[in-house]
Amino acid sequence: MTTTTLTDALPAHRKRGRFAMRAAVVALLLWVLVPLWLLAVNTFSSPDAVNGFPKSLVPEFDLGSLSFFAGFQGVSRALLNSAIVALLTMIMSIGLGAPAGYALSRFDFRGKESFRLLVLMTRAFPLPLLALPLAVMFIRVGLDDSLFGLALVHTTLALPFAVLITFSLFSGIPMELEEAAWTLGCTRIGAFHKVVWPLIRPGIAASAVFAFVISWNEVFAASVLTIQNRTLTAFLLQSLDVSPMPLKFAGGFVLVVPALIFIFLVRKYLFAMWGIANR
Amino acid sequence: MLTPARIPYLLLLPATLFLCAFFLYPFVLVAIEAFTRDGTFTAQNFQTALGHWKFPAAMTNTLLLAAVVVPIQTALALLMAVLVTKMTSGRDMALYVFTIPLGISDLAAGIIWLAIFEQSGFLNSMLYHLGIIDQPGTWLGYQSKGVIFAAVVLAEVWRATAIMLVILVAGMGLIPKEYDEAAEVFGASPWKRFIRVTLPLLRPSLQTALILRVILAFEVFAVVAALGGTSLPVLMGETYHWQFALQDRGVAAAFAIVILAISIAATLVIMRALRVPKEARI
Repeated sequence: MTTTTLTDALPAHRKRGRFAMRAAVVALLLWVLVPLWLLAVNTFSSPDAVNGFPKSLVPEFDLGSLSFFAGFQGVSRALLNSAIVALLTMIMSIGLGAPAGYALSRFDFRGKESFRLLVLMTRAFPLPLLALPLAVMFIRVGLDDSLFGLALVHTTLALPFAVLITFSLFSGIPMELEEAAWTLGCTRIGAFHKVVWPLIRPGIAASAVFAFVISWNEVFAASVLTIQNRTLTAFLLQSLDVSPMPLKFAGGFVLVVPALIFIFLVRKYLFAMWGIANR
Repeated sequence: MLTPARIPYLLLLPATLFLCAFFLYPFVLVAIEAFTRDGTFTAQNFQTALGHWKFPAAMTNTLLLAAVVVPIQTALALLMAVLVTKMTSGRDMALYVFTIPLGISDLAAGIIWLAIFEQSGFLNSMLYHLGIIDQPGTWLGYQSKGVIFAAVVLAEVWRATAIMLVILVAGMGLIPKEYDEAAEVFGASPWKRFIRVTLPLLRPSLQTALILRVILAFEVFAVVAALGGTSLPVLMGETYHWQFALQDRGVAAAFAIVILAISIAATLVIMRALRVPKEARI
């Protein structure tokens, strides 16, 4: 009720401005959503419909393309590989990044700035190129064409984010809480476990999810480093020239879905993460 | 012993060692690889890379794509950020939708726009339904480089504007409301307030967003591979080709050094152009 009276009271040009604003928001929402819808239409249509012309804008709700994709040689293996690499990346980047984030937020020490510089420097480098020298290094140590080797490269991509994000999360928890626990007889580790950990857990989970998505989506390093043990992105890229259209679209859709869910889960944290990443 | 003075170093040690081993060291390796052949120092890799007939096209396409895509993205991200901060209802929903592409891989984005531009795709279907064409035409043929370029621009703008948006929205949240209100009291129009108040105060976030985006733009690869195959050569695609198909690591490393060089040059230019004096930080 109040909103209508407010709008009525606004002068004509303000009303026009509101309308233009709403129209712009709707247009931008469609700009993001329509291409995704079209991919879904292709995915949920039969292979014949995908190759056919003209196309309809509503799917047939046929699982032909998806089952063709699922049954295609190497696909299930590639999916599993993608998931394994992403999980390894997630564990390593949080395992290495969270302690560093904690140290940056809680201590003042010599070398702090150098470490931050090292982390920020990763941003000015095209990191997927690391796959080139590492391919040689991995052959030497027997990690070539291995999922663990690829996860190491993906961790380099995700680790700087993990450090910055956990730094901002730990900084949001007052030092006083920990100090209070110490005075009440907790050890450093005990205080962390009982006071900080419960507060930080959802944030850590969000940054872990972020690391997962970084790895899941990565194309270049995955394509350079894996030959037999291809991930889904490497599989799709290397078969772009030869694979039939329904396979590409179903593959693209399968690639997109987990990302959609993950972004939905971490949406609350996205802005907190990037707010601090500015500095 | 766990003395307090040692704790931070112990906590930082694993991450530091990891970055030294898998970030700094490999970049030294790639530089060595680029400047040597069979163990001797040489510029031959660069001569091969730069002298290859595809190199000028790959360089031009990469730089041109960045020059077209990044300004559009900056403008679009600013528009989205302003709209979102002004919204009264449905703000969270709009933000979620706007940030969806953040989670989408460049390969998937290429495939999505392939669904639109391919011969029996949605663009031709729409034109057919509207009675504009009778036969589906080829959009992404190897002769029509302009259309492939435009499709890559659309796919890149669609996919990677979200990352700028997130940084800019976070940055706008840091600007105290009082500045804008003061300007409004003095009668500044919304456009003037945006240009004179919001934009200058947003400079640190703008700097971060631009550096990140320009470097990612120089790495454009999978979108181009999905939409144009090899008809539109780009630097990263050529690097992949030399490494994987031609098995010449030296030349691939030379390409890598070229990409690295333009990335660092762009970072320095942006840092200089959008420098924020220490005393002007909020």
